[in-house]
Amino acid sequence: MSEKKTLATVWLDGCSGCHMSLLDMDERLIELSQQFDLVCSPLVDQKIFPPHVDITLIEGAIGNEEDLEKIHLIRERTRILVSLGDCAVTGNVSALRNPFGADAVLRRVYGEPAGTLAQVPKIGLPRLLNRVRPLHDYVHVDLFVPGCPPSADSIYMVLSELLAGRMPDLSGVARFG
Amino acid sequence: MSATPAVKTFVIDGVDASARPEQTILAAAREHNIFIPTLCHLDGLSDVGACRLCLVEVKGARRLLPACTTRVEEGMEVTCNSPRIAAYRQMTLQLLFAERNHVCSVCVANRHCELQALATSLGMTHVEIPYRFPSLTVDASHERFTLDHNRCILCTRCIRVCSEIEGAHTWDLMGRGIQSRVITDLDQPWGESDTCTSCGKCVQVCPTGALFQKNRTGGQGCKDPSFLPYLRTMREEP
Amino acid sequence: MTTLTEELDQITAKVQQEQQAAGDRINVCVAAGCLSLHSDAVQRALEEEAKKTGARCAVRGVGCMGLCSAGPVVSHESAASNSDEQAARLYGGVQSEHAPQLIASLQGEPVTKLAISRQLPFFTRQTKVVLENSGRINPESIDEYIATGGYRALMHALNEMTPAEVVQEISASGLRGRGGAGYPTGLKWATVARVAGAPKYVICNADEGDPGAFMDRSVLEGDPHRVLEGMILAAYAVGASQGYIYLRAEYPLAVKRLGIAIREAKRMGLLGNDIGGTRMSLNLEIRLGAGAFVCGEETALIASIEGHRGTPHPRPPYPAESGLWGSPTLINNVETYANVPPILQRGSAWYAALGTAKSKGTKVFALSGKVRHTGLIEVPMGMTLREIIFDIGGGVAEGHTFKAVQTGGPSGGCIPESLLDIPVDYDSLTQAGSIMGSGGMIVMDDSSCMVNVARFFMEFCMSESCGKCIPCRAGTAQMYGLLTRITEGTATHRELDLLIRLCEMVGATSLCGLGQTAPNPVLSTLRYFKHEYLAHIEDKHCPAGVCDCAASIAEVAR
Repeated sequence: MSEKKTLATVWLDGCSGCHMSLLDMDERLIELSQQFDLVCSPLVDQKIFPPHVDITLIEGAIGNEEDLEKIHLIRERTRILVSLGDCAVTGNVSALRNPFGADAVLRRVYGEPAGTLAQVPKIGLPRLLNRVRPLHDYVHVDLFVPGCPPSADSIYMVLSELLAGRMPDLSGVARFG
Repeated sequence: MSATPAVKTFVIDGVDASARPEQTILAAAREHNIFIPTLCHLDGLSDVGACRLCLVEVKGARRLLPACTTRVEEGMEVTCNSPRIAAYRQMTLQLLFAERNHVCSVCVANRHCELQALATSLGMTHVEIPYRFPSLTVDASHERFTLDHNRCILCTRCIRVCSEIEGAHTWDLMGRGIQSRVITDLDQPWGESDTCTSCGKCVQVCPTGALFQKNRTGGQGCKDPSFLPYLRTMREEP
Repeated sequence: MTTLTEELDQITAKVQQEQQAAGDRINVCVAAGCLSLHSDAVQRALEEEAKKTGARCAVRGVGCMGLCSAGPVVSHESAASNSDEQAARLYGGVQSEHAPQLIASLQGEPVTKLAISRQLPFFTRQTKVVLENSGRINPESIDEYIATGGYRALMHALNEMTPAEVVQEISASGLRGRGGAGYPTGLKWATVARVAGAPKYVICNADEGDPGAFMDRSVLEGDPHRVLEGMILAAYAVGASQGYIYLRAEYPLAVKRLGIAIREAKRMGLLGNDIGGTRMSLNLEIRLGAGAFVCGEETALIASIEGHRGTPHPRPPYPAESGLWGSPTLINNVETYANVPPILQRGSAWYAALGTAKSKGTKVFALSGKVRHTGLIEVPMGMTLREIIFDIGGGVAEGHTFKAVQTGGPSGGCIPESLLDIPVDYDSLTQAGSIMGSGGMIVMDDSSCMVNVARFFMEFCMSESCGKCIPCRAGTAQMYGLLTRITEGTATHRELDLLIRLCEMVGATSLCGLGQTAPNPVLSTLRYFKHEYLAHIEDKHCPAGVCDCAASIAEVAR
């Protein structure tokens, strides 16, 4: 079978650093890209998540209601779901606000500096969840690739293995931070 | 001649091994290059058997035993690594990661942290235990050092080094259970401590980024507790 | 010069004479249960009434008589029926205003409306060894204890037995530790006796902390000298010269009475140097616990006596080899010591005839919860749970059905209706997924949610964990969180699976008994009442109607 696997990458509550690390694979991306179709990603125009995807790499944690909605949809439509990077795996920097709660953070960001003109933006924006949580708190995750960001080498290893139809073994290699 | 043999023979992970009298399983295992993970143990400090990472199976024993406090006995059969032990160790690490706010990426001890290193070597890729995200404080009142409770794993090395080596006993514990935390003096700010000599030993023995030097930032907080066995030796063998 | 034994006999004669002269005895329970219902006021009212009317009787405050649910309890022993407990009249719910009626009834018919029948199975089915004096003697009077034959076992042992013979006698009796684990007492004594080293210590663990347990408190409040005598005998047997009673400060009455008992025993020469003219010396001191459950664990208790933070340390070494201040230390529970004098007085064969093959003697239980007669009971080992709960306890209240009985406190488990016919002994209870424990017995009916019960005990363990080892410190908090999510109706099978794995891990890896047994209430309720867990998880419904599952479902994403 020479049919290419479909790949999606998603950016939720994170800094896009994991996507940068993905691009850091440099020339190896060209080699890898022969083996997959990138069907949905911040890197391509397609923004609607397609119905059947073989492999989805997700960067970022679940921080707002939109993330929550997306993750369930993505899980439904994906065969192998990969938590890419510490935010997706642990909550990481995105979750630094958790001990204080969403309201306190919004007040601090939009309230205190603006003084009497304080206004928390609401229209057209998804509501923040009180706590940022890793993906696997909501859906089943097939593979965890920690790191902030995971190195280009790890991502390359993970992608090559997955594209070859094998589940990579990251134990003893994976490192947080 | 003493009736006790000078050397005890035992089996560890299927290998015939020997130990000196009074030697712990942990010490003997390390001499035989067998890895047993530890967090609360530190060469040169007393052992408390608290972190439970060094638990091993001893044939005939009803329970798992901490390698750091259990002495080798003649004919003992020790298993340091079994699927069951590996699963418990991972869960112990997960409990620690979920207990407080360990954010490796922005931690001063990133890449110099024993907790982080153990997560890698024990193959922990994620934490399935729910994160607690407690709200904890940071004590930056000391002119040279900072205490960040978010990263403390309550190994009590700081307490022991301060009491056993420095002789100041500035550090202690307060509260119990999940509310436990380390304190300086009678829970006064560290900077106002009458007993602290600012020697910095606590910072050097802290396995995580809970105690760090003020001029260090993310990833710069490397530690060096190697002075401990040296100090011990110098004191015990004049 | 009179010997101490002769002195004891003289005191006995004197007490008996005084009691004859005083006439009838009116015993008012002034143990903590009845005292909380103002039995001290009842005692005063009875004393005043007796004085006013000149009735020939002595009003005395005594220890627990057992039927706490009927408190304040008063008994009336006529001068004629010298020592027959069954002949004494028993009254419940006595208030100060009943004093005239009661005093007037001394020579005539009993006061019917207050009378409690001695024929209730609650009384007839019990066998009292440890509690034989409780409720019958004034616990603040050493003379009254002596008059019941007290301290004779000690004098006999000191004068006629070697320490080894005492250990042998305890071993032969088959007595096992009453603190919970059931370790053979004789074996423990023999180990401490064998270990070389001086000084040696004896410790009495009176840090009773299980929710729903009040056996040790009642023994100390009702008959403190029995415990002292047991401790002195133990000290003689193992060669200890110093002892500590580690007692929780939450038991002020027990502290007071034990303090009086120690003073009086010293005054009599039964404690201190050269006891009874022999070379045996023992000093006893009370150490107050500051309310930490974990200090009931022996190594934590020892650390606390030493003045350290009350946290356990890994065993081995066991206290028998290296205990208090590194010395060989014998540590037993209150009830264990209380069993010692009768064993030496009546012989190990008498004791071994009570109970079952592997669990000898009697056991005191604090019966509480959804049962008609709550209180303090003592039954021979081997009686079935059904007999205890339905005969002695009178079953659950009308309109309700029995659901489970919890034994062993936070370290124990819940036993369902189908297993009520198992005998109460160490091994059967362990097999059923619970433990004998120290003697707490909490009955639950259909109005109890078993998940919520498990959650309650986990909350207890979480807040009582000392925090030293990770599995107990963080594990109990996580298990409590998961149980909370189940009771709130927000958990899935994933949470249940994690809970089960945490139970196994915390039980296997925790440093001391607190953490090792903390999962037991969860495991035993999962074993017998899994359908209740599943109802919360799958149907978001609490079968007992205790948990409010619906309230939290709306708030899924927290």
